[in-house]
Amino acid sequence: MNALLRNKLRAFLTMLGIIIGVASVIAMLGIGQGSKLSIQQQIAGMGLNLVTVVPGSQQRGGVQFGASTMQSLKETDVAAILSDCPAVLAASPEVRGNGQAVFGALNWPTSLYGENESYLQIRERSVTNGRMFTDRELSSAAKVCLMGQTVVKNLFGEGADPVGQVIRFKKIPFLVIGVLDSKGLNTFGQDQDDLILAPYTTVQKRVLAITWVQSIYTSAVDSKSTADAATQIEETVRRQHKIKASDQDDFTIRNQTELLSTFSSVSNILTILLGAIAGISLLVGGIGIMNIMYVSVTERTREIGLRMAIGGKGFDILLQFLTESILLSITGGIIGILLGIAASKIIGSTMGWPIVVLPSSEILSFAVCTVIGVFFGWYPARKAASLDPIDALRYE
Amino acid sequence: MKKLIEIIKLKKDYYVGEVTVHALRGVDMVVNEGEFVAIMGASGSGKSTMLNIIGCLDKPTEGEYILDGISISSLSKNDLSGLRNQKLGFVFQTYNLLPRTNALDNVELPLLYNKTVKTKERIERAKSALESVGLSDRMHHKPNQLSGGQQQRVAIARSLVNDPVVILADEATGNLDTRTSYEIMALFQELNNKGKTIVFVTHEPDIARCATRNIIFKDGVILRESEVKDRINALEMLASIPLEAD
Ligand SMILES: Nc1ncnc2c1ncn2[C@@H]1O[C@H](COP(=O)(O)OP(=O)(O)O)[C@@H](O)[C@H]1O
Ligand SMILES: [Mg+2]
Repeated sequence: MNALLRNKLRAFLTMLGIIIGVASVIAMLGIGQGSKLSIQQQIAGMGLNLVTVVPGSQQRGGVQFGASTMQSLKETDVAAILSDCPAVLAASPEVRGNGQAVFGALNWPTSLYGENESYLQIRERSVTNGRMFTDRELSSAAKVCLMGQTVVKNLFGEGADPVGQVIRFKKIPFLVIGVLDSKGLNTFGQDQDDLILAPYTTVQKRVLAITWVQSIYTSAVDSKSTADAATQIEETVRRQHKIKASDQDDFTIRNQTELLSTFSSVSNILTILLGAIAGISLLVGGIGIMNIMYVSVTERTREIGLRMAIGGKGFDILLQFLTESILLSITGGIIGILLGIAASKIIGSTMGWPIVVLPSSEILSFAVCTVIGVFFGWYPARKAASLDPIDALRYE
Repeated sequence: MKKLIEIIKLKKDYYVGEVTVHALRGVDMVVNEGEFVAIMGASGSGKSTMLNIIGCLDKPTEGEYILDGISISSLSKNDLSGLRNQKLGFVFQTYNLLPRTNALDNVELPLLYNKTVKTKERIERAKSALESVGLSDRMHHKPNQLSGGQQQRVAIARSLVNDPVVILADEATGNLDTRTSYEIMALFQELNNKGKTIVFVTHEPDIARCATRNIIFKDGVILRESEVKDRINALEMLASIPLEAD
């Protein structure tokens, strides 16, 4: 054990392999878990009760696109869903258009979303300033809009109040009646505040000149009912579209729980992959320990001979070297764990992820280090223990 | 007088590739308790081989060796380690101290392998062993902070600390100048006067004359044995060597 203190630099360099290995295992698992949790939070943030209907059938080979199927959803479907699906609490058609929003000399490319008044409830958003559009404005296709904060910032400047101003979107004037709450970026890096919200009737008639809707967002009564809601919606829309029993849906229903489990399994695979890569560096660290233990045994052959001459048994010598290698790997492991925690905190905070340091991964790393110490220390220690005392004493 | 070491028709062969080296070719010898024996002989005559077997570091090819009433031929490697720990003390030509480890820790080492000795007792015994070799003021010095003679005295303290039945020294003065050699021999004589049995190997006739008996080896057999008549008192010898000599 003294031998380790005697050669501090070498002990440190040897430990470095383990330190880096453990730190990367901890950091990688932390990053994996953090990103997974972040995605889960984002999806949950979009509303766990959310059930979406999009046009086009989903087949094994992918989504089938076509002009007729892409136009299959109508606002009557929304009304039918609301009246015939007990598991659905609210539903809103959605139509979207991209274009330039202009105010005075400033313009900003953004998306215009046409929704009904249930939008706020379904998407779990709120109006921070001003108001939501009314039923009357909806039925009369009034040229009113609400703005996301990114649009406010770019058209009016930071902190300005746009309510009461008139902007133009694709040359059509809209009266700003409210500002939406800020939601920031989602997991995919999309700015959830970069939008203009208007009654869907207005967007359909005055902006896009279409009669269909691009998707339907519905909210189930609770998160457990999303599957029920999906079945009821499917039945209702099939009936609406007069689809024969033998034919496929001309629409696709998605719910958030499905999305959640897909993303969770993707990020689990990612975590395992990252962990495996980090694990390899841990292995390399272990081989480093083995190497240095062999060097140490060779260097200290005479010492081993002496220890045997004065009564050290093979087992004592084995234990001595094994203790040294375990001590090396555990010390490296502890430093690595601390470093790994620090690294995952730094990465987590720069990426804006929740910081997850799993105690299980720490315990695992610690156990792995001990095993590495024993495993990679065993052969050098064995070699030391099996030396012949006179040969060892005579070793040059 | 008690026979401490009894060697009967002992042979030792080394096999180097195809060649067999007959290092010892039938040795009979006895060392009694309290004796101070010097083994002499030309280089390659088998002195070290003999001492290693006496020290239970090596086993004979043929013949019998009885140490303090125990026949060692039937003992296992671990038993031999235990025996070395309990009954033997070694002093080597090259001291073999642990580097970067202070004198006290070096002397404690044999007791670390003796589970019956507790920490407190271990430190006490190591201190008194260092005292008996006159190094109580060098306890915390590392080997590289000590002279050759001092290092060898630390090694002697280490060989004493487990209170062995015999101290074995192979060319213990081989690396030291004449004056320091006699200092070490004076220490051995003092230990022997207190009753310690000592067997040592040397090729210097004058050093051998510090012992009570000389055994001369030649080609793996004992050529001659003799009681030392004109024994040298190492302390008197020291007084006659001027300090600036060597
Ligand atoms: N480990 C060994 N392997 C082979 N031959 C050895 C070994 N040790 C000693 N010998 C041989 O045995 C003989 C006696 O050696 P040794 O006892 O060391 O002599 P001394 O100590 O008297 O100089 C020498 O011929 C030497 O070469
Ligand atoms: Mg020799």
